[in-house]
Amino acid sequence: MNKIIISGFGGQGVLSLGKFISYSAIEQNLNTSWLPSYGPEMRGGTANCSVIYSHEDIAAPVIDHPDILIVFNEPSLDKFENSVKAGGTIIINSDIVHKKTTRKDVKFFEIPVDTLAAEINKRGANVYMLGVLLPLFGDISEECAIHAVEHVFESKPKVIPSNIECLKAGIEYMKKLLK
Amino acid sequence: MKKLWKGNEAIAEAAVAAGCRYFFGYPITPQNEIPEYMSWRLYEVGGAFIQAESEVSAINMVYGAAAAGARAMTSSSSPGVSLKQEGISYIAAAELPCVIVNMMRSGPGLGGIQASQGDYFQATKGGGHGDYHCIVYAPSTVQEFVDIMYNAFDVADEYRNPVMIIGDGMLGQMMEPAEIPPMKDVTKMYEKYHKDEWATCGHSDGKARIINSLRIEPDENEEFTLRLYKKYEEIAKKETKVEEYRMDDAEYVFVAYGSVARICKAAIVELREQGIKAGLIRPITLYPYPSATIEKAARRDSVKKFVTVEMSMGQMVEDVRLAVNGLKPVEFYGRCGGNVMMPADLVKYIKEGK
Repeated sequence: MNKIIISGFGGQGVLSLGKFISYSAIEQNLNTSWLPSYGPEMRGGTANCSVIYSHEDIAAPVIDHPDILIVFNEPSLDKFENSVKAGGTIIINSDIVHKKTTRKDVKFFEIPVDTLAAEINKRGANVYMLGVLLPLFGDISEECAIHAVEHVFESKPKVIPSNIECLKAGIEYMKKLLK
Repeated sequence: MKKLWKGNEAIAEAAVAAGCRYFFGYPITPQNEIPEYMSWRLYEVGGAFIQAESEVSAINMVYGAAAAGARAMTSSSSPGVSLKQEGISYIAAAELPCVIVNMMRSGPGLGGIQASQGDYFQATKGGGHGDYHCIVYAPSTVQEFVDIMYNAFDVADEYRNPVMIIGDGMLGQMMEPAEIPPMKDVTKMYEKYHKDEWATCGHSDGKARIINSLRIEPDENEEFTLRLYKKYEEIAKKETKVEEYRMDDAEYVFVAYGSVARICKAAIVELREQGIKAGLIRPITLYPYPSATIEKAARRDSVKKFVTVEMSMGQMVEDVRLAVNGLKPVEFYGRCGGNVMMPADLVKYIKEGK
């Protein structure tokens, strides 16, 4: 089971990254839940979503201590960093977040995902981040993530190839970091 | 094949599959995806969607469509459902089938838009005036929303009584994999429930049909109300639904419904890992209430106490106390205002009693 919180400004694709993870989990025949923040939280403040995937049935869709926190702006780091499970992982989009975590008991990755994705597709940062996550997850295959991307962009088939390229680049990037 | 569905959209598609062809509503967060979905989907299946000028109009349009024999529904969230109560009472008194969805947000008043369970009293104890009840379901997953909605029109038609399905902002907004069952045949449903015998469809055998809720003679109204309550007895016998989770050896029994029941399940897993035997009774129907299941648990020697958990200041806890009837202590844990308890809060409560 993985419990993931993704947080950033509205419009950064925070909610859709969560959906990509959930769709990938379905392709992998796992159970999943996706719970967004909604309402005034979305306007001006931070948008976030809680994503869980598991071999078991998912009980609570709310997450008190995420295994993985993905942060797209500084307020989100302040808000959630203390909730991350000891031994968990914090990933920041270092194109936007210039702070480091104060936690000593978590794995910390600074990834300039906007810059990296822009080399392939300016709007591919989310899918690039999905790629970054796959080696960390270890239990969702590249093939399933590709199916998820194809599914989400079903109505815009033109953008599928460049997004798959972003996905693959993200996977390679993270594999190198983990070596 | 299972697809990722948002709660609100899944319940809308399940209604269409169940034969719902008419939707009347007025926008309110956090249920807007239901009317949004219906606004285009119903036209694909030959139905109609109307955004009414108010909730009062919307429920009365449901009243009219139901009287004409159609499968009709409305959905709203707490303040909007308050506005519908007069119409719901009329529909119950006219013995018409319909489905009402309430994706609860926090009250009182306009309150907030985050998840809440503050409308339990309203849903189960009347809401509108007079001696009547809706049949009330409280699903806890997106798939259960689908399954309950898929059957809701049949239950409503079978008893000619309004059915209410209550969820909350969390269940409405979240996405989970779910499978929508195949489309029901609307004409067959009309025949199955003999609507040709009573519907005011305007072109029957020429005899007048009256659908009304006015019974001005006390004897007539008493006779009617007694018959209504006979119907509720039958509904209680046949339609009560409840889930028992890890209750075999439970010492601490949570009672919770909807999204909160899921949080209890997560807490139970954690408590059992720590050697504390906890279980859950999850009412799926809130009216009729599964009092017998709770009473049976209260009679077990192994059960030490009940803890009712709600996103309110304690409403269902009253029905739990009635069912337990003093046999065991009944405690209450709640959050309100749109805040949600975490599994760890419940673990702490059981371990430390606070």
